[in-house]
Amino acid sequence: MQLDTKIPGGPLTEKWDRHRFELKLVNPANKRKFDVIVVGTGLAGGSASASLAELGYNVKTFCIQDSPRRAHSIAAQGGINAAKNYKNEGDSIWRLFYDTIKGGDFRAREANVYRLAQVSNNIIDQCVAQGVPFARDYGGLLANRSFGGAQVARTFYARGQTGQQLLLGAYSALMRQVADGQVTLFPRRELLDIVVVNGQARGIVARNLVTGEIETHSAHAVVLSTGGYGNIYFLSTNAMGCNVSAIFKAYKKGAGFANPCFTQIHPTCVPVHGTYQSKLTLMSESLRNDGRVWVPKNPGDKRPPRQIPESERDYYLERKYPSFGNLVPRDVASRNSKHQCDQGKGVGDTGLAVFLDFADAIKCDGKDLIEQKYGNLFSMYEKITAEDPYETPMMIYPAVHYTMGGLYVDYNLMSTIDGLFVLGEANFSDHGANRLGASALMQGLADGYFIIPYTIGGYLAGTPLSEINTSHQAFVDTALIAKERISKLLSVNGNRTVDYYHRKLGLIMWEYCGMTRNDHGLVTARKMIQELREEFWENVIVPGINLNFNQSLERAGRVADFLEFGELMIIDALARKESCGCHFNEAFQTEENEAKRDDDHFKYVATWEFKGDELEPVLHKEQLAFENVELTQRSYK
Amino acid sequence: MIKTINLTLKIWRQETSGAKGQLETYHASNISTDMSFLEMIDTINEQLTLDGKDPIAFDHDCREGICGMCGAVVNGRPHGPEKGTTLCQLHMRHFSDGDTVVVEPWRSRAFPVIKDLAVDRSAMDQIIQAGGYISVNTGGAPEANTIPIPQDTAEMAMDAAACIGCGACVASCPNASAMLFTGAKISHLALLPQGKPEAARRALAMVSKMDGLGFGNCTNERECEAECPKEISITNIARLNREFIKAGFFSSIM
Ligand SMILES: Cc1cc2nc3c(=O)[nH]c(=O)nc-3n(C[C@H](O)[C@H](O)[C@H](O)COP(=O)(O)OP(=O)(O)OC[C@H]3O[C@@H](n4cnc5c(N)ncnc54)[C@H](O)[C@@H]3O)c2cc1C
Ligand code: SF4
Ligand code: FES
Repeated sequence: MQLDTKIPGGPLTEKWDRHRFELKLVNPANKRKFDVIVVGTGLAGGSASASLAELGYNVKTFCIQDSPRRAHSIAAQGGINAAKNYKNEGDSIWRLFYDTIKGGDFRAREANVYRLAQVSNNIIDQCVAQGVPFARDYGGLLANRSFGGAQVARTFYARGQTGQQLLLGAYSALMRQVADGQVTLFPRRELLDIVVVNGQARGIVARNLVTGEIETHSAHAVVLSTGGYGNIYFLSTNAMGCNVSAIFKAYKKGAGFANPCFTQIHPTCVPVHGTYQSKLTLMSESLRNDGRVWVPKNPGDKRPPRQIPESERDYYLERKYPSFGNLVPRDVASRNSKHQCDQGKGVGDTGLAVFLDFADAIKCDGKDLIEQKYGNLFSMYEKITAEDPYETPMMIYPAVHYTMGGLYVDYNLMSTIDGLFVLGEANFSDHGANRLGASALMQGLADGYFIIPYTIGGYLAGTPLSEINTSHQAFVDTALIAKERISKLLSVNGNRTVDYYHRKLGLIMWEYCGMTRNDHGLVTARKMIQELREEFWENVIVPGINLNFNQSLERAGRVADFLEFGELMIIDALARKESCGCHFNEAFQTEENEAKRDDDHFKYVATWEFKGDELEPVLHKEQLAFENVELTQRSYK
Repeated sequence: MIKTINLTLKIWRQETSGAKGQLETYHASNISTDMSFLEMIDTINEQLTLDGKDPIAFDHDCREGICGMCGAVVNGRPHGPEKGTTLCQLHMRHFSDGDTVVVEPWRSRAFPVIKDLAVDRSAMDQIIQAGGYISVNTGGAPEANTIPIPQDTAEMAMDAAACIGCGACVASCPNASAMLFTGAKISHLALLPQGKPEAARRALAMVSKMDGLGFGNCTNERECEAECPKEISITNIARLNREFIKAGFFSSIM
């Protein structure tokens, strides 16, 4: 495997312009001769499908849900960043670029991040034109708020439903292309494998989730936008269907997997409350703009919060980080919550929670204003917990939320397999070791609306592609392997359910490869996963048949992949002998317990190449060059 | 502290689209009142699986009330008894020990059952395909702040845009009409200046598509508004009607 970033030459600010000029163009009349498969209809896949179809490509779009509008992007609450500087606070493309690089703890590629900041403004224009009802000021112009540790207000939002509204925008553009016949839609389909012919991605094998049939589809290029893999932890804020399977299958077919251990744990989620629990709910981090985080000063203090006097409370974020206070970045906030709970200061029945208190904000701004800002979040909290956050502080705890790792892509967003492009959360590209709030939506839409439409053209125009269809042997063989695996899953017929294994795997990952890590724990975890995987294949029970709607079978396939992929995350975590962003190895910390990077040895993207089921993956390094920003130790004091 | 209840469930089981279905009885014991309704079904499914039986199929994904994937009729009410709540956000504390709970799929000619509680709602995508968009290609957008939109207007558009496309309005309507869903989209776009140029064509196309797909007419029963988990207002149907009449009026010149 050869890593080639394809970063264009020239000054940072001119690279993208220059690249667009240098990319070959597909003659408009020829575009209809090219078929493109897009897997996933979240912000990345939805926007890509629509934009490619508008250009004239024949697009085939796949998703697991019954409608493209239900992709997991729909759940994003907080907002989307752009460098519009509408607030006149001195924001700029350069500042958004710099914040993203720094927030990612200097483990992302400068050129990609700069381009992301450049196109951020076009995204807002595009979405407004589509009718996305962003929040507005009294004068009728777009409103902004500050979010997730940014010191400028650059976040655009639509109540607490920003992801929903952006996705409905992309979905409507996609539906328009479906009506035009430019996009053929394949909902309730799950990708089972990628088909590679002569080293080029030329199609996919998918399961029709309603009938159970295995289908093959060919194309000239394949775009994966299948989202993140946070569900490996079983409990996460991700939707139930989120999985690693699509990108993991691509990895096994030769696509490098970059930084798999970089996972983000979000600080403000509703704490775990029972063993039956199926997922965790995020409470938007915008709450930290007005809520104050605290724990009792004395370990084991179980008094109701309102009975704990001010003098016996520890507002630990304000105390430790006087300039950022409650608005420190996510990784810092999460680790601090864990630290407090580890000291026995956690609150609630489980002791695994901290308070997020709005009493002062309500006193200062009035209940009405707080309700206007956070009403829907407060009522969501009340629905889940039956507690009223206007009266009693919320209880929150960190939960797995986002995966910065993903398939390795070059500047064109192409993986190490020719013709296989990867967009959105599924790639590794822009967030380094930690993602800033409101920047995943921005990246998904940047990739789909404004990057892939150009770069895929460059590939299609400049690459000889043989004429093939699904009768090619590679399709037949790949489909056969997929079918065999399904038969195998159905035939184990043991006596433990799929969820049993998923929960167990989740606990291992959370304990040893979660907010903090250490070498001993990681080594232990790797062994535990291997054992669990072995047991899964001997003892799992998957009811029902293949040729029908079978949700247990769907889950079984995904969990089987997680059971392999978990090991890769651990291998990656073990190999990175430093702490950076969300990867916190206890052996590498500053005196103030912050992540301590080792730029001399680990300033690289760790990309793993699959060598076979029984063999260790091989590490390839993309050395990151920082020519435009100075590497500093993050400090939020 | 943790409270648990026992329930008798009568759940619709139907093997495939063409098969005949029936209600089957299940006993759920020690159900924590902090569980969501879907987690309660998960628990039953775990047991069914261990007993070598086929678990109950039901659609779900986000489990936080936003994707619109979940939904079933619980004791005659789409998404169950709580106002403004999707099935995934309905918690078991709203049920009492000893209750019998009947769970059925959405029923509508336009939503064939796939299996058990899962139905095919692709007809709703087809309504959107008929015109539920603003025709703007990627790249062709003007600077976002060139069109100021009064805050009230934007908020009204957002109220309508909050629809999650779950189909409960159809399931609750005696005529199986999709007017609330369609009206919400038509309103969202017609309220905004960007959506005005196509408003007439959009209203005609979406309404005629809806009729063609076998959804019924609106006779003002207002069940949809009562059951909508996002509390989409029935004023959106009035707005649809206005747009539709305007469109019919102008259609001669279009
Ligand atoms: C609760 C929550 C709140 C968030 N809030 C914010 C926020 O405020 N701001 C922000 O910037 N980011 C936020 N994020 C992150 C952001 O929402 C996601 O990173 C982003 O939406 C991912 O978009 P995507 O298009 O890459 O993937 P997704 O939206 O996850 O879409 C994945 C698509 O791939 C399909 N798919 C997956 N696997 C397969 C397969 N095997 N076969 C076929 N299809 C498949 C799915 O059906 C789906 O259509 C939030 C995330 C969560 C969990
Ligand atoms: S209008 Fe309400 S009930 Fe109907 S689809 Fe939309 S959210 Fe569901
Ligand atoms: S599962 Fe998404 S709305 Fe209920």
